[in-house]
Amino acid sequence: MTLLIEASHLSRYYGKHCAVNDVSFSLNNGEVLGFLGVNGAGKTTTMQMLSGNLAASAGSIRINGFDVQNQAKQAKQQLGYLPDVPPLYRELTVLEYLRYCAQLHGLAKHAATAAITYAQARCGLTPVSKRLIANLSKGYQQRIGIAQAILHNPKVIILDEPTVGLDPLQIREIRALIRELGQDHGVILSTHILTEVAETCSHVQIIHQGQLLLSDSIAGLQQRMGSRILQITTRFPVDTAVLLAIPGVIAIETLNNQQLKIQHSSDHNPSQQITETIIAAGWELQELTPMPTSIEDIFIQLTEGHQA
Amino acid sequence: MSNLLAIAAREFKSLFLSPLAWTVLAVLQLILAYLFLTQVETFVTLQSKLAAMVNGPGLTDIIVPPLFGNAGIVLLLVTPLLTMRLICEERRNKTLPLLLSAPVSITDIVLGKFLGVLGLLSVVLVLITVMPLSLLIGGTLDFGKLFANVIGLFLLMSAFTSIGLYMSCIAVHPTVAALGAFGTLLLLWIMDWSTAIRDQPNPLMEYLSILRHYQNLQSGLLSTADIGYFLLFSGGFLLLSIRHLASERLPQ
Repeated sequence: MTLLIEASHLSRYYGKHCAVNDVSFSLNNGEVLGFLGVNGAGKTTTMQMLSGNLAASAGSIRINGFDVQNQAKQAKQQLGYLPDVPPLYRELTVLEYLRYCAQLHGLAKHAATAAITYAQARCGLTPVSKRLIANLSKGYQQRIGIAQAILHNPKVIILDEPTVGLDPLQIREIRALIRELGQDHGVILSTHILTEVAETCSHVQIIHQGQLLLSDSIAGLQQRMGSRILQITTRFPVDTAVLLAIPGVIAIETLNNQQLKIQHSSDHNPSQQITETIIAAGWELQELTPMPTSIEDIFIQLTEGHQA
Repeated sequence: MSNLLAIAAREFKSLFLSPLAWTVLAVLQLILAYLFLTQVETFVTLQSKLAAMVNGPGLTDIIVPPLFGNAGIVLLLVTPLLTMRLICEERRNKTLPLLLSAPVSITDIVLGKFLGVLGLLSVVLVLITVMPLSLLIGGTLDFGKLFANVIGLFLLMSAFTSIGLYMSCIAVHPTVAALGAFGTLLLLWIMDWSTAIRDQPNPLMEYLSILRHYQNLQSGLLSTADIGYFLLFSGGFLLLSIRHLASERLPQ
């Protein structure tokens, strides 16, 4: 495990408006970090600071050990960046564009050709490599943006909303590509699509109004939040007042005569007692399922809780 | 250094990908060739009188300075159009992050853009110089004077390009950049007219005027003061461009 990104106490102000407020995090090799937040939460600003497009008002960033401010060139060599709008020259062909990107990163001619062939194959661009970028669809343009970010085989890949504007099939391909890249690189991707994080990322961070609300691995997150909802099916209608009396039960939602959703506290799981009560009352328990908490639930809970 | 050349080469090539560069070359060549031919005509009509004069102006004096002087005026109009898109368009098309997140310094970006446009203007310069050189078929030229004119026009071009580049850095829209550059250049060009009206030379105005320095070089006088003026002018605006782009990253 090598530490690829080390961001400490980052802040960024636009005039008096604080876009990012005291955010610290790190990224190791082999991790895919999902940056989650509503529009305007500070995702893009953070990414722009990581890529050296914006200077931080306070705090420091080290990329693979190089400080972004003082060792900018070395830090940027370790970095592939796809901004929220792919930075494409529309008057060039895909091949010309990628060759220019390779030159900007100082790849020698021979190495550049190999890198371009590889990046094109990986992003599915080989069939269109001689076409003008202006004439390609948005999905292809997005893929050229990704190809440009992985071209020089950087240690860190930063992708700002990489699946925007793609069709479902392309989204699946790009997500698979990101997972693959995550095995031997460090990847940061920002998104407001919640399923994307669950599908592609190993770690997740939730940013809201410029502040980092949560930072955890996906597995740790699921374990920590736990299941808080039980779904119960019985043969006969249930007297909810009896169940509400059981310690740990917070609320009961009646779906229909036979089905209930029971919300319970996270530190006390009352499923044993519920089972016993229902059987003792003769309502005939047919099903008791712990409902998994989705990232969506966590996200809404955290961001709404923060606003209140 | 290789990054700088990569940026310059792309800028140079992309000028030729749009009709702009071709149009500029064609229009400039047409106008200047017309002016060149009228000067040749003048020389032919005056030839007998000139031959009778002691120390009278020669072929080079009659043809080269007016040609290069007119080229300067036409370029004053054209250069802002070539430079207006340099940084402005990159910002509008959101391609600037590509350069800013690559291991390229802001100095490389600015100098690369500058050299790209200067490359195209050098092609213009070669095309202009070839016209008087064609007179060698039937005559002789004062090469020293021609050389001074070529150096003068090249310095003038780099001054025009640097100010256009700076305007492109600070403007939001390419048209604004072109107007800004054109306005500033025209003001500097005509600055010493006021002194001519009052019949009383104002040394400051005279020193600031681009035209005055260009005319000194055109007369065949390669003085340090005039060359220094153009180098300081170009360097100053390049430095301002670098400073401006670097400051855009910083929190306001």
